[in-house]
Amino acid sequence: MSAPAKLPRWADLVLLPAVSLAAALLLSAGLVAVMGESPVTALRLLFAGAFGTGDAIGYTLYYATNFIFTGLAVAVAYHAGLFNIGAEGQAYIGGLGVGLVCLAGGSWPAWVVLPLAVAAGAGFGAAWAFIPAWLQARRGSHVVITTIMFNFIAAALMTYLLVNVLIKPGQQSPESREFGANAVLPAVHGLLAKLGFEVAASPLNLAFGIALAAGGLVWVLLWRTRWGYRLRVAGANPAAAVYAGINPGRITIGAMLLSGALAGGLGLNELAGSQHRILLDFPGGAGFVGIAVALMGRNHPVGICAAAVLFGALYQGGSQLSFDLPRINRDLVVVIQGLVILFCGAMENVWRGPLAALLARLRVESRESRGESQK
Amino acid sequence: MKIPFLVLGALVLSVAGANARAAAADFQPAVVYDMGGKFDRSFNQSAYEGAERFKKETGVAYREFEITNAAQREQAIAQLARRGATVIVAVGFTQASAVEKVAKDFPNVKFTLIDAVVDLPNVQSIVFREQESTFLCGMAAALASKSAKVGFVGGMDIPLIRKFALGYREGVKYANPAVEVIENMTGTTPAAWSDPSKGAELAKSQIGRGADVIFHAAGATGTGVMQAAKDAGKLSIGCDSNQNYLQPGSVLTSAVKRVDVAVFNAFKDARAGTWKAGQVSLGLKEDGVDFALDQYNRSLITPAMETRLKQAKADIVSGRIKVSEYK
Repeated sequence: MSAPAKLPRWADLVLLPAVSLAAALLLSAGLVAVMGESPVTALRLLFAGAFGTGDAIGYTLYYATNFIFTGLAVAVAYHAGLFNIGAEGQAYIGGLGVGLVCLAGGSWPAWVVLPLAVAAGAGFGAAWAFIPAWLQARRGSHVVITTIMFNFIAAALMTYLLVNVLIKPGQQSPESREFGANAVLPAVHGLLAKLGFEVAASPLNLAFGIALAAGGLVWVLLWRTRWGYRLRVAGANPAAAVYAGINPGRITIGAMLLSGALAGGLGLNELAGSQHRILLDFPGGAGFVGIAVALMGRNHPVGICAAAVLFGALYQGGSQLSFDLPRINRDLVVVIQGLVILFCGAMENVWRGPLAALLARLRVESRESRGESQK
Repeated sequence: MKIPFLVLGALVLSVAGANARAAAADFQPAVVYDMGGKFDRSFNQSAYEGAERFKKETGVAYREFEITNAAQREQAIAQLARRGATVIVAVGFTQASAVEKVAKDFPNVKFTLIDAVVDLPNVQSIVFREQESTFLCGMAAALASKSAKVGFVGGMDIPLIRKFALGYREGVKYANPAVEVIENMTGTTPAAWSDPSKGAELAKSQIGRGADVIFHAAGATGTGVMQAAKDAGKLSIGCDSNQNYLQPGSVLTSAVKRVDVAVFNAFKDARAGTWKAGQVSLGLKEDGVDFALDQYNRSLITPAMETRLKQAKADIVSGRIKVSEYK
């Protein structure tokens, strides 16, 4: 990405996203007004719906968990110079791994099932990413194309398996039977209740902690290990990487394996954490939202976690908004989310120039005023 | 950051409390639509029309929610229950597990589930015998076809759609064993229910292979099927809602599923105190499903066809024709 104007680091990381977000919300408020509702009420409901109560925060963070996993998946591939659009499919197949372990581990203790489920989710997700990665590394098939195609293959495979193999007999809905109590990730409200804090129930579960840990792991791997350094070099300049003795093909495959494994974490949150069964389309587009989250979070784990919470808040607050103001239907909520992505992702360079100019002028003015007071 | 959250939390709680107080005083019905959304011109819209009819006839407002992701199902139903809804209609088989969970937590709220069965003392499960109406539509298709080939465009390859397809096939073969049925499914993701352009492509390809009547069971995707059939001068058959009016003169009939009646009755009975839990199966006999005949397709159904369809309908009702049910 080429930046037309230089901004101080704090402005680049905090001010610019904030201005973009404000612009998106302002435009959304205009739309809400056109729909005949009060923008102030709508914004208040959006915010309160996302953070107002214990269970609202729970839902927000639960959605954010999905976005952290997929955002990290996109970011890792991005640092290796790859655009992984297949997080959706990798999460879907990763969930299959989680689900199979949880279904199979009927009588095993939880401390055996759950680590195995985590491993299976990561393994299945990584395996699904391996094929496009191998094709890219060894055959030069562009990973953007192949990962998109693998999303469809994943969907077809899961529909087939759920309708014909995994479905609980005697029901219409293509869903597996429910996991046993030993194969369920503990919910956060349950854990807090044990500690004596009463919080309303929400699907927020231990996967949130695993997501944060994964973020830390990604940071260590990318910025504190040799492998991470090689990966970033290969991503920044493959030709230079070859001169430095780095094998870009191996980096491509390694980065995509890690990316797929991270995406598989979504399956953990959705299936072992919340739905407790395998069902159709549980990723629900979070794999694609992950792209926006990674872009907005500057492909850094901290930024990704912040952006994921923002998108989680938009999901949760948005559903609350359409719940309380029936005239704001779900399509408008999608429009608001789209505007945020548009302003924060695609159009931030629009503000960059004016913002840099403004900051420069402020600095000059403050220097001048300081100069005057010294006289 | 903490203080504003707490303030807002208190605000929300007080608003919610006020709502609950107001709601407790009177009858408050609610409906939760499935992914297709209430304006899919098909399944969900039928539910919406039932709710609207109730509102118009009784003046009682209702709450509603359109699902956009899996986690929202339980959230929305629980929230409606918490805010004092008297009766909650959950539309679509995908809501079954959410209804089961929430119904246990709110034993005093009435739940009506459409298209799936949950066995709890406060849940009414309404299932339709769709195969009976798609059987009649299959007959109509076979009788109207000149090319001896008819088409079927489903949304996703899931049990419910296989049930539609099976009844349709049996109806076709019952009317004329020589007629061939071409079947396609639209996709493998929920987008398959709202992709009219793909529906049109599939219809065009089936027409290219010789089909001249195409039945869709694909939600909003079906509007594309019907458009393509009309453009090619062929016939289509609508699904769930009466869709004869969408392309007048080109829609042979519609496999009507009276979700609207189910929703209306659930609201009405709950208000009158006659709502009962348990399983209800609606077929031709109960007027729960039917084939549509109105001014838009009057000219397409010949008197001879009408006689045969009415006869078959009577035979299904009396049990002389047994339509297999997909299991």
